[in-house]
Parts: sequence; C-alpha cells; structure tokens
Amino acid sequence: MAPSISALALPVAAAVAAGLVGSFAVMRRMTLAADAMSHVALPGIGLALLLHGNALVGGVVALALGALLIWLLQQRTRVPSEAIVGVVFSAALAVGSMLTSGEDLLEALFGAQRAPGSVETVIGLAAAATIAGLILWARHRLLLSLVSADLARTAGVNVARLDLAYLLGFAFTVALGLRYLGVLLMGSLIIIPAATARHLSRSVDTMLWASAGLAVLATTLGIVLGGWWGLPGGPLTITVAAVFFGLAVLLRSGQ
Amino acid sequence: MASILEVDRLSVRFGQQQILLDLTFAVPEGATLAIIGPNGSGKTVLFRALIGALPYTGEVRWGPGARIGYVPQKLDLERDLPVTGLDFLRARARVGGMDDTQVEQALDLVSLAPGVVRQPIGTLSGGQFQRLLLGFALMGRPTVLLCDEPTAGVDEPGEERLYTMLHRLQVEERLTLLLISHELNVIYRYATAVLCLSLAQRPCLGPPVEVLTPERLQKMYGAPVQFHRHDGSVD
Repeated sequence: MAPSISALALPVAAAVAAGLVGSFAVMRRMTLAADAMSHVALPGIGLALLLHGNALVGGVVALALGALLIWLLQQRTRVPSEAIVGVVFSAALAVGSMLTSGEDLLEALFGAQRAPGSVETVIGLAAAATIAGLILWARHRLLLSLVSADLARTAGVNVARLDLAYLLGFAFTVALGLRYLGVLLMGSLIIIPAATARHLSRSVDTMLWASAGLAVLATTLGIVLGGWWGLPGGPLTITVAAVFFGLAVLLRSGQ
Repeated sequence: MASILEVDRLSVRFGQQQILLDLTFAVPEGATLAIIGPNGSGKTVLFRALIGALPYTGEVRWGPGARIGYVPQKLDLERDLPVTGLDFLRARARVGGMDDTQVEQALDLVSLAPGVVRQPIGTLSGGQFQRLLLGFALMGRPTVLLCDEPTAGVDEPGEERLYTMLHRLQVEERLTLLLISHELNVIYRYATAVLCLSLAQRPCLGPPVEVLTPERLQKMYGAPVQFHRHDGSVD
C-alpha cells in the first residue's frame, strides 16, 4: 500500500530539520550527547501518561528542559558536556522506563504508525520549517563557534545564546520525530545521515544539503518500503540510513 | 598618548590554581607590547581574559571604538572536518555583514593562494593555517591585534614576511599589537614594551632593553637563556 502525501509530509519535514541540525551535532563532536539527549523525552512522556495528559506534550516539555539543563551545565561547569549528558540522560532513560510501561513504552521508544492529527501536522510542519530556517540562518555563526568559540566571540557572536538556540533547536527536532520514530530512533535520524554526509563532503554547504537529502531519502524509502512489506516505517528508516552510511564508508575507503 | 587598553588588578584563577594575580598595565595606541614568559605563566590565559572568554576579577578597559582581532596559538581541529578555508573566511564575512571582496583582500594580505583555501582547514600545514587565522583576524579591520605565537609552525621566510606585514599594517593603520612570542630577536626588533609573566616572580613591564637582560631572563625562566642581540639590523 502506497502511503499518502499527508502521511509523508511530517516525517519528511522532520527529516530535513534532522539533517540540518545533525550536521552541526556531528561537526561539534556531540554525537553521543545528541543520542543520549533524545532519551530525556521518555520521563516526560511517562509522566504525561501517568497524569492522563498528552504524551507528546510531556515529551516536548522534558526535551526543552533537558536542553536548558545541558546548556546551564555547559556554562557553569568545566566538566566535558559528553560526560554530563551521558550520565544525566541515561538516568532519564532509566527513570522514564519505570514511569512508562508495556505498549506505551515500546511506542515511546520506537514510534508508532498512527497518523498524526491535522493540528499536530500543521504545528509539526511549522516547527520543522522554523528549525530548518534557524539553522540555515545561523550556519555561519555555528560554523565559527565550532571552529573556535574564542574566534566567534571576537567576530561579535554571542556564543552562549547561540548554544542555547542550537540545543533548543535540537530538542524540538527530536520532538518532531517522537510519534513516528520514537525516543531511541530519532536521535539516530539526526546523527546517521549527518555522519554519512560528513564522509562525503569537503565543504559545509555540501554537507548540509547532503545530510538533509540523505535524511529525507531514508525517511521516504523507510515509509514506502514499510508500506509494501508490512514492516514498521521507523526502524526501516534508520536501517536504510545505516546502509547509506556503510556505503559511504566503503566509497571513501575505496578512493 | 592615549591608551587603547587599560588593565587594572586583573586576576584569573582555575579552581585552586591562581594563574594571574593583580596584573596592571596599559597599552598606548599604536604600540607593540610583547608578552613573554615560561610555559604555564598565563600568557594565553591573559589574552583569553582580554577578549572576555574567561571569567576574571579586576578590570579590562578597551579604548573607545577598539576592534579586537585575535590570532590563537593553535586550534584543536579534526583533519576531516568538512570546513574549507573559504567557508571559514566567508562565515566571518557574513557574520560581520561584509561581502566577498573582503575575503579576497584578506587572502591577499596574508598571501594565501586560492587553491590552498579551497582545502579543508584540518589539512592545511601549520604555516598555512596560521596565515588563515591572521587573515580571519584582519577581516574585522581590527585596531588591536592579539597574536599568540603567530609564527609557530611557519618557516623562516614566511615568518619574516609575516612580521614585515604586521609592521606595515601598524604603520598604515595605527594598529596596536599585543604579541606573545618566544622569539627574543623579533621582540627586540618590533616591541615598544615587554610584559614578562613568570611563575614565581612578580610580573615586570618595560622597554626591551631593560627587560630582556640575561639576568632577568634567567630569573624569569629559572634557567640560563641564550640570547644574542642583533642590534636591530635586518638579517
């Protein structure tokens, strides 16, 4: 069964945002942090379900708070952010899995195939466009600050504010994929296409477009193939993305 | 002469470790201040405090309209980072609201070939990367340039060219130069004042002839320092 355009719209828009956000996550050496950070949605989802609230809203709130927490820790302490994030958010995963149970837990972790409502789709599309626009607009600032925060400062960039905006952009990107890919797999959609693009690119613009393009291609193939073979689209999307990564590594090592 | 920078009782500490303590000095406009001292005496920390990248106590006052250019000593970059030299300079231009002619001017100033800047920055040689960083700093049309060992990894003809260029800029644009260097001959030739930082001693400040004496240097570094004065002549 071929998926409808409306079923593809939100995952594809989320994939564009994931590809762009992921490019900078990979270049900023925060791949591990990025993956762990997506786990923070879980306690939010669990708490929302316990209180009979909207799981997605719970996830979004938890992610935004998580981004704020990492940012504060980065500003206040000298502990490497990888270590902070690894510890705090693995703990979040543990707490979250105690709060959530059974079917709900699986859905939160790996996504569900239920189509989003029209309100959710409209909000999601607007959020994806905002995130993609923010990353493209700020790409020069992000580039300077990843090469050297000191140099970015002397060029007039407010590095602390930029970091916060980026982390929030990251958190909302994870939120975009919560329904379709779930907590565990959305981190992968942010990281894997970007890591693949990095292997294939020699300049920033190429990497951004390649990363977004690969994320969209993996998502579309995942959903379409899933429809044909009767498999869940989310895990298939990540499998396709991982195959692309493998091919890119082979291609580069063959050169 | 008006000061472009006044530093008053500047102190920086990392946890229990006091890096700089009550440092006070002023830099007149157009001067060249050389900062010397053994490893770990806080030279780079001083620069980072001056650009506001580190928390400190005391006061750092820049003159009105001062624009700061910073050339760091080295950057920790991955070789396969997909950022070309051109990406890096263009990003600087976009952030500062400049157009691409400024990028070309900067490349011209530091004599970097267009072919070189199309390579990823992680693959540039030490000297090429150093010149790229200098070009980056000059793009903001700085009135003060902070150079942290700008010729580390640069070959000798390149080093000569770089200092000649810095000197020219100083004369033409009334650039103030703050320079961390271990090359005492360079300091003798270009510096109007020397600030020496030391692990054990109080910092000292004065013209090169007064500060760069063998006795002072030995005290500061804790070991005899070989230094032959070149009498200011160009070798």
